[in-house]
Formats: sequence, C-alpha cells, structure tokens
Amino acid sequence: MGCGLRKSEVQQKKCDRAIRAALLIQRWYRQYVARLEIRRRCTWNIFQSIEYAGQQDQIKLYNFFGFLMDHFTPASSESKTVTLITHSFIQWERYFCYKSIDVPDSYTGPHLTFPMTFCGVSKLVEAFKHKQQLHARYVLQILGETWRLLRILPNISHLSSCHTKEITICGDLHGQLEDLLLIFYKNGLPSPEKPYVFNGDFVDRGKNSLEILLILFGFLLLYPNDVHLNRGNHEDHIVNLRYGFTKEVLGKYRVHGKKILKLLQKIFSWLPLATVIDHKVLIVHGGISDTTDLNVIARVDRHKVRKTFHFQFIVRNGDAGVPVDFRRRVRSLTHHSSTPSQGPPRRSLHNLHISHQQMNWSVDNELKKRRRLAGFDQSYGERKKPDSDSDPDSEGRLIPSVQMVDLLWSDPMPQNGCIPNEVRGGGCYWGPDVTEEVLGRHNLQLLIRSHECKQDGYEFCHNRRVLTIFSASNYYEVGSNRGAYIRMGADLVPHFVQYQASRTCRELTLRQSVGWTERSALQALRRQLFVHKSDLISAFREFDPNNTGIISPSHWASATESVLKLGLPWRVLRPQLVSSTKNGMVDYQDCKTMKNISDTSLLETMYKNHSNLETIFRIIDTDHSGLISYEEFRQTWKLLSSHLKTEISDDVIANLAQSIDFNKDGSIDINEFMEAFRLVDLSEGILQEIPQ
Amino acid sequence: MAENSKSAEATVLNAKILKKLKGAFQAFDTKSDNTVDIKEIGTIFYSLGFFPTQADLQKFTSEVEDERSGYIHWDRFLPAMTKVLLEDKFPPIADELLLQAFEVLDIEKRGYLKPEELTNYMTKEGEPFTQEEMDEMLTAFTDEEKKHIYYKDVIPHLTLERKM
Repeated sequence: MGCGLRKSEVQQKKCDRAIRAALLIQRWYRQYVARLEIRRRCTWNIFQSIEYAGQQDQIKLYNFFGFLMDHFTPASSESKTVTLITHSFIQWERYFCYKSIDVPDSYTGPHLTFPMTFCGVSKLVEAFKHKQQLHARYVLQILGETWRLLRILPNISHLSSCHTKEITICGDLHGQLEDLLLIFYKNGLPSPEKPYVFNGDFVDRGKNSLEILLILFGFLLLYPNDVHLNRGNHEDHIVNLRYGFTKEVLGKYRVHGKKILKLLQKIFSWLPLATVIDHKVLIVHGGISDTTDLNVIARVDRHKVRKTFHFQFIVRNGDAGVPVDFRRRVRSLTHHSSTPSQGPPRRSLHNLHISHQQMNWSVDNELKKRRRLAGFDQSYGERKKPDSDSDPDSEGRLIPSVQMVDLLWSDPMPQNGCIPNEVRGGGCYWGPDVTEEVLGRHNLQLLIRSHECKQDGYEFCHNRRVLTIFSASNYYEVGSNRGAYIRMGADLVPHFVQYQASRTCRELTLRQSVGWTERSALQALRRQLFVHKSDLISAFREFDPNNTGIISPSHWASATESVLKLGLPWRVLRPQLVSSTKNGMVDYQDCKTMKNISDTSLLETMYKNHSNLETIFRIIDTDHSGLISYEEFRQTWKLLSSHLKTEISDDVIANLAQSIDFNKDGSIDINEFMEAFRLVDLSEGILQEIPQ
Repeated sequence: MAENSKSAEATVLNAKILKKLKGAFQAFDTKSDNTVDIKEIGTIFYSLGFFPTQADLQKFTSEVEDERSGYIHWDRFLPAMTKVLLEDKFPPIADELLLQAFEVLDIEKRGYLKPEELTNYMTKEGEPFTQEEMDEMLTAFTDEEKKHIYYKDVIPHLTLERKM
C-alpha cells in the first residue's frame, strides 16, 4: 500500500488511516509481547527462588550421592565387577575432565551449573530453540554427570503406574528437535507428576541429535526416577559413523568433538535396555526373539557388550558370498527400515506416488520370495553360531549379547516363526506365536516398541499385543508420516496423541513457551507448600486466634512468605495454588490429615528428598529386585540424616516402618514405600490441581 | 490551596503506583543493583499498561540513560516515570480501536487478513516490525488450516494479556 504522489484526497485519507491502523496494531502487539515477557520473568523468579532456598540442602544431598556412587560396594557377590568399574571410572574421569576447558567471555550461549536444576534444563531448551550451541565444557559436564548416573541404573527399569498420573512413552526421535519440542508443548515437560519413557534412537539422520541428547540427559539428571531412557540400535558409535551423528558432533565441536564422542560411546553402552510398567507392559526399542529371557537380560553386564553385532547368517547352500549380495539387493527395495538406503532411494520411491499400503505389500512379497530362494526356512535357532565380531572377554556369555541385540534390532512379521533379520543385519523377525510365548512366559500383556516408521505414528500388530510407536514426524519427507506418543494410566490402556511438525512454524510462539514454563513453576511451588505444611499451618493459626480455619488472602500471603521466605508475590499467585471459599477468604485447613503416619515432619523431610532417596535406595538394592532389608534401609537413612545434619532417632524410623506396613520377612518393597508418598501427595487438599 | 491539594493528590497516587513501578523495575533488575537494561524500558512501560510508540521510548530512554552505560538507575527512572504518569503521556488505547484498526486494513471486509497482507503493513508502515517480530506474530495468529489471520479471534488474546 504505497502512498504515491497525486492521490485524490479520499485516497490520501485512506492511506493515512491505514498507516495509523498499522501503528496501533503494532503498539498493541508489542505490548502483548511485553506482558508475556513479564510473566516469564515472574516464572523464572519462582524457580530461582525455590532453588536458591533449597540449594544448601541440595548440595549436601548431591555430595552424599556422589560419595555413595563412587564408593559404595554392595554386599552381593557381584562386588568384584563393581570395584573394577569404580577404578576405571576414576581413570576415565580424569580423561574427560572438563575443568581445564575455559569458557570465553565471547560465549553467548547458556551457562550451566551443577547439580542440574530446572532453570538449567529450561535454559538449555530455550537456547536450542534459538539455535545456540552449548559450550564444550558444559557438554562434557552434562555427559560426565549422565554417565555417573547411568552406571547405577539397572538394565531393566521397573515403573509402577498410579491413578494420579499417566506415563508418557515416546518412540524414535532421530535428531528431530522440532518433534521433541512439539511433544513437550502438547504434553508438558517431564516432571515427577509427568513421567516419561523415551524408547531409543534419539540420534542420527536429523541434524539436532546432540541437542536432543543433552535435553534428555538434562531431564534425566533432574528427575532420575521419572525420566527413563531405553537404548536404541542407533545408540551405538559404529552406527553413528554411518548415519550422521558422528559427523554432527565433529562438525559442531571441532576441538573437543572426539572427546565428546568417546564419552558418548561409554554413555550409550550404559543406557538401560528396557522398561517394564506394573510387570505387565514391556517397553523396548526393537523387539524380542523366541529366546528372549528378561531374567537373563537383567543380569547382563550391558556395558560390556561392546561391539555392534554384525552376524554372519548361515545360508543352506553354504556359499559365504551369497549373503552379501542378497542383502544388498534386498536393501534397495526396503524403504521402511532404518539401516540400508538413505536419501536417494527413499525419495525416488516416494516420488512414484505409490500408496504406503502398496509399498509394504510389494516389499513384503519380495522379502518372502527371496527368503524362499535363499532357503531361509530354518528356525531361528541356527543363528546362534559364534561370530568373530563378538566381545572376546565376554567369558562365554555370548547368548546374553545376542539377546541384547535382539532387543534393539528385531522387527515383527505377520507370519509365525522367528528368522534372522537379514535386512538390518542384526536381530530377527519374530511372529505372533513368539509374541504370545514370550509375553506369556513373563506374564506380560503388551509389548511396546519403536524402530520402524509408521505412517500414523503408531501401529498395532500381533492381535494388538505388539504396539509400535514412532515419534519422528515427516521422517522421509515433509508430509510422509505423523509422529505420535502414548499416554498410559493405571489401566494400562494406551492413548495416542499424533502430530506433525510443520516446516514453516517450527518455533513455538512466545505465549506457548511461557505457558508451559509457568505450569511447571506452579507445580514446583505447590510441592514447596506441601513440604512445609506443618510450619505453614502454625503460621496461619497465628492469624486465626478463634480457630475458625479461615483467614484473609493477605494474611495467607504474609504467613506463607514468613515460612517459605521466597520473596514471591503470593497474593497474585494464591488463586493458582489454593482454592478459596465463597467470600474470598482462604480455608487453610482444607486438607485431609495423613492417617497412620506417626511423625509428619519426618515424612515431610523425606518427601523433600524423595527423588534422591529413591535413587539411593536403588543403589542399595544391588540385585535390582525392588527389595532391601529393613536394616539396610535404616542404615541408609542414618547416613543420609547425618549428611544433612538432622537428628533422626531409631524409634522414629521404627515407627515409620511399622506404619507403612512392611512385609513380615523384614524386607522393604521400594515401590510400595515410594507409593506412600505419592498417595500422600494426592490426599493433600492444599495441592489440588487447579484446572488450567 | 488548589496547588496543595493537587500535590497531595499526586502523592497519594504515587504511593499505590510506586509499588507497581518498583515491582516492574525489580523484575528486570537482574544484577540486583537497582539498574535495568535500557532495552527493557519498553517492556516495563507496556507492563504498566502504557502504549508508547518506539519514538516515545527512544526519547524517554535518551533522557534517563546513565551516561551511555546502557543501564538506567532507579533514581533517574522514578522521577521520569512519575512525570510520564502525571502528564498522562502515553494513554492506553481502547480495545475497540484495535478492532477498527484491523477493519481498516481489511479493505474487502472479508473478516480476515492474509499473512502477506499483514506482513506488508507491519513491516513497511508505521513503526515497522523486525523480521523476528513478524515471524512470531504470524506463527501465533495464523489459522493453521486456512492460513489466514482471523483478527476477530486474535483480538481477545491481545486484550486478555492486558487484563492480567
């Protein structure tokens, strides 16, 4: 709308009006953005103040943590390996030391402090959204911390669902940061109220593999009991060489890239292999085989299975040369697996405008034909011949490593049976009969896996006993497929959320990102209120001499500030934190008292540290059975309390133990114990989730 | 007499507003030394409900900046802001005017604007948006399916923030 010369008066007027209109809109918009910025600042202040206030405790706990991890020798006979690991770990720690790396003043990216805080992870997410790069020093620091943590995690994580929160399960991400951000936007950030399972293949192909890893590790460090990472077949340095991750790291970090890659290699080998929910739902990246035995897998030294398992499968006519050719030919047809053809073959298939269904059919047919030609009717059992690539010091434990590879590389097939997965070069194809047998043997009801791209982001097979979940949208091309994730509650019924990252609107708007950070901040504040419940109630009582149970909002605000000392605008925050009665007053006693708990302040202290406590318990629980003896529990608690310099008598611990109703045989089920905290959380009226 | 009552009124006004000003200022006082970065002045103004133009902001900033340091100290900020308040220099814009403004730009009265049209206005007329501001606005307000900006739906968002 250029205002040219010699326009009629009417037109000139129109022009002016347009300019004025534009100006007005601009001013409004800038004002809107500014208000959002203020909100963001307030949210930030909430987190910073909480974290600052709790920092002393956090640091003590963190040091105790580190002490335990570095020096704890379990009582069981496997202690030999643990001390060995500790020794080499200290050596490696020196090699990966980030301390000598200086961060120059010219660095404009985020600065991180440890222990990891919510602010830290938030900063990381924001920075990556704005295409910034994290300095090598911080990268090594995060990776170092992650490695330290992963070492104490079991091969198989056991989660229990509960009716107050749903578990979110995500599939392959393959370096596509937009998709991860979209998931966080739609679903919320990971937190104790919102546990996540990420089912492998975080890296390769997409160009933000490292950013995804750093974000996931950040959340893992922050909430180690509520974020679970399963290893995928791409979490492997040899695969990375081929599919882009190595290149990405070396390109982004020219000086320290190699060190970073080496540390990542260790981290990948230490990633857990599977997650089980309620002993009913198995989540693993690839799948299973007819020999899968979770008890065996649970005991494997997973970090020792060093090399990728490139097996030589046996052809009946015994010609060693045939397999190679065979594989090459099959690869060019297989559009849907991740191993073989990259770019060009996929694109050309897409351009042919063949429907997804048609392509599947033709590939399936081809594979069947070729299998028949090569005589692949033999059972899976023949595959288990020793191969030269296996780990030399595995001390005859080849079967476990085969099992591990099966978990990470296998694909389901429609026919019964179990045959080598020649397309991928690892793992097998397994049929519905194998699903029934393996699930039945382990008393499981559902297998959730990823590994294969699905047009709708998810797909059931094998009578809805196997579910594939894939979270990288537009995997082949823009518009090729949607991504999806699963939400699962205590009923263990999967609910799906699908999405497709749009190429034009990749960045989340200001408003959206403020919204999500705010929700997390408010949750953290609610937790603080719970933790200080008894002190708060005393403070409220001082404003309520007649014991009516009701006080004014401004009294509520003063009392809360006097206890929490966070310097926050409590009056503004109050409606988001507590419900009020009809005439605008606050009912501060609107909460059910906890029954059967003898000492509420002890419980509050424990709850304050519960996520760290849980992790410490898991360190003690060396055979990962979920049970520790009462004596071990008591000793751990004493250690912890002396570290925090608080006095906890044996009597109090004994009472607590009784009220939580431990098993008669003197062992404590960790899950039940932690569950007690979650139920307590729910029963607290003060913490009612105000609908957003 | 009139003079006195006027200044008394001014003092009362200040007590309430002073708290608000202090709050807004402190939100950006990241170094905790009673200074804020100059670049945040606009945000502070908007958060208090004012609608200065970019030119207004520039003028204000140049008058209160601390010797080109890039920061403004509370001691200079406060009197300058008080003046702004008393003189009602940047009065708020009524919500209805916003709708009218969009309707002016929507020449064909279709009820929506196309992204190119809005971009043209926002980046070429008035006090032009930066590319970043434009991208952000389009991302936030463009209807995903039809790819148009239905301004009647957008306006509640813009005005809602104001009420918070």
